[in-house]
Amino acid sequence: MQDFAASLAHAIGLILSGDAELWAIVLLSLRVSLSAVLIAAVIGMPLGAALAVARFPGRQALIVLLNALMGLPPVVVGLVVYMMLSNAGPLGVLQLLYTPAAMIIAQVVLVMPIIAALSRQVVETLDREYSEQLRSIGVSRLGSVPTLLWDGRFNLLTAVLAGFGRAIAEVGAVIIVGGNINHVTRVMTTTIALETSKGNLALALALGTILIFIAITVNAATSAAGGTARRLFHA
Amino acid sequence: MRDLRLSHSGAVTGVPTPARDLPISARGLRLQRGGKLLIDVPDLTIETVGPTMILGPNGAGKSVLIRLLHGLVEPDAGQITLAGRDPDRAARARQAMVFQRPVLLRRSVTGNLHYVLRFHGVPRSERRARVRDLLARGDLSGKGRQSARSLSGGEGQRLALIRALAGAPEILFLDEPTSSLDPGATQRIEALIARAARAGTKVIMVTHDLGQARRLGEEILFLNGGRVEEQTPVADFFPRPRSAAARAFVDGHLLV
Ligand SMILES: Nc1ncnc2c1ncn2[C@@H]1O[C@H](COP(=O)(O)OP(=O)(O)OP(=O)(O)O)[C@@H](O)[C@H]1O
Ligand SMILES: [Mg+2]
Repeated sequence: MQDFAASLAHAIGLILSGDAELWAIVLLSLRVSLSAVLIAAVIGMPLGAALAVARFPGRQALIVLLNALMGLPPVVVGLVVYMMLSNAGPLGVLQLLYTPAAMIIAQVVLVMPIIAALSRQVVETLDREYSEQLRSIGVSRLGSVPTLLWDGRFNLLTAVLAGFGRAIAEVGAVIIVGGNINHVTRVMTTTIALETSKGNLALALALGTILIFIAITVNAATSAAGGTARRLFHA
Repeated sequence: MRDLRLSHSGAVTGVPTPARDLPISARGLRLQRGGKLLIDVPDLTIETVGPTMILGPNGAGKSVLIRLLHGLVEPDAGQITLAGRDPDRAARARQAMVFQRPVLLRRSVTGNLHYVLRFHGVPRSERRARVRDLLARGDLSGKGRQSARSLSGGEGQRLALIRALAGAPEILFLDEPTSSLDPGATQRIEALIARAARAGTKVIMVTHDLGQARRLGEEILFLNGGRVEEQTPVADFFPRPRSAAARAFVDGHLLV
C-alpha cells in the first residue's frame, strides 16, 4: 500500500513537472490517434452516408458486416497489418513496419468501421426525416449526402469521438506493428503495459492518469456535441 | 410587395410557364399498400391554369395522390405524364410541394431558404435580397436567424410555403398549407398562393376549408376512397355536387 502511495505521488510529480519523456509519449499517442481518426473520418463518414442512402443488392449484408467490423479484435488487426507491412508482405517495400505510420494504418483499420457504421445510423435516421423533402426539391439520392452530413454534423462528431476513444485506448494493434521502440513508437498504452511489467509503476500510473483524463474529456465533448445540436437545431 | 420573380431571369427561377408541364395526366393509376387499394384513378387530366383544389374526407387518399403526381411515390400500375412527356428529375425540380407535416431542415430560417435558392443556381449576390423578400412575404422577417425547428406550427407552415415558392415552381403542390394558421395568417397565405397562381404557377392544393376552396380554386377534384368522384369547376361544384358522396360531404360541412 505504501508502495502504491509512493508511486502515485511520484506519478503526479512526473505530470506536474512536465517530464520530457512522459510528454513525448503523450504527444506521440495523440499524433498517432488523431491522424488515424482524421483519415478514418474522411473515409468512413461519406462511406457510411452513402450506405445509408444508396439502395443496391447486398446492402443489408454490407451493413451487417460493417457493424461486425466495429468489434474487430485489435491484436488481429495488428497481426494482419503486420503481415501486410513486413518485408515479405505486399506493402513491404514501403518499409513502414515499426514506425508511427504503421501504427496509424492499424488504427485506421480499427476505427474506420466504427465511424462508418455509426455515421450510417446517424445519416439513415436523418434521411428518413429528410428524404421526401429533398427529393421534392429535386436533390438526387447521392446528391443528398453532403446535406445529410452537414445537418447531422453534431451527431457525427459523436461517432468520430467514439472512434478516437477506441484508438487512443487500444494497445494490441500498435504494439505489434509499432514494436514499442523507445523514443520512436512508444505510446501511452504500450508504455503502460511495458512499465507495469518492469515494476516501474510511477510512469505507468502517470500515463494511466492522463489516459483517463483524455477519456473523460472525450465523453464530455460527446455530450456537449449532442447538447449543442439540441440547443441550436431542436433536433 | 414587389414580386422579385418577375425581375429575375434564371432558367429555372424565372417566370413560371406551367403550360410547358401541363396538362398533368394520370392513366390507370393504382397504388396498393398492405393489401389495400389506396388509389385507383383510371383517367385524370388536370388542365386548367387556375388552382385545382382537392377535397375529400380523411383517409380519402388526397395526400397519397399528390405524392404520386409529384413523383415522390412510384405507382404500382399506370403512369403520369406532364404535357405528354414522362416526368424526370428536371421536371420535378420545376415543381415544389408543401407537406401536410412540413419538413424543416436543421438550419436557421434563412438557411432553409438559401438551401433551395442555391440548389436552383441563384447567384450568391442575389440570394440575400431574395431571402429578405421571401421572409417578408411569409411574415417571418424578424425570425431569419432563428432555428427553423423552433418555429411555432403556423410559422413553420409559412416557412415551408415561402421555401416552396423560392424556386418559382411551375407546379406547386400544397397539402393543407393553412391547417394550423390563425385567420389573419390564413388570409395572408391565401393572398400569397393567389399571387403565385396569377404569376403563372399551377397550384394543386388539398384543403378541408370549403371557403378556401371557393376563394382560391378554379376547379374541384373530389376524392373518396382513393377514387376521383368528381372533377368540376368551382362555380358548379358547391351549388350542385354531382356525386352522392360529394353532396354528403358538402352538406356535412354546412351543418357543422
Ligand atoms: N404507406 C402506407 N401504408 C399503408 N397505408 C397507407 C400508407 N400511406 C397511406 N396509407 C393509407 O391510405 C389512406 C389515404 O391516406 P392519405 O394520407 O392520402 O389520406 P388523406 O386524404 O390525405 O387524409 P387526411 O385528410 O386525413 O390528410 C389512409 O387510409 C392511410 O391510412
Ligand atoms: Mg392528407
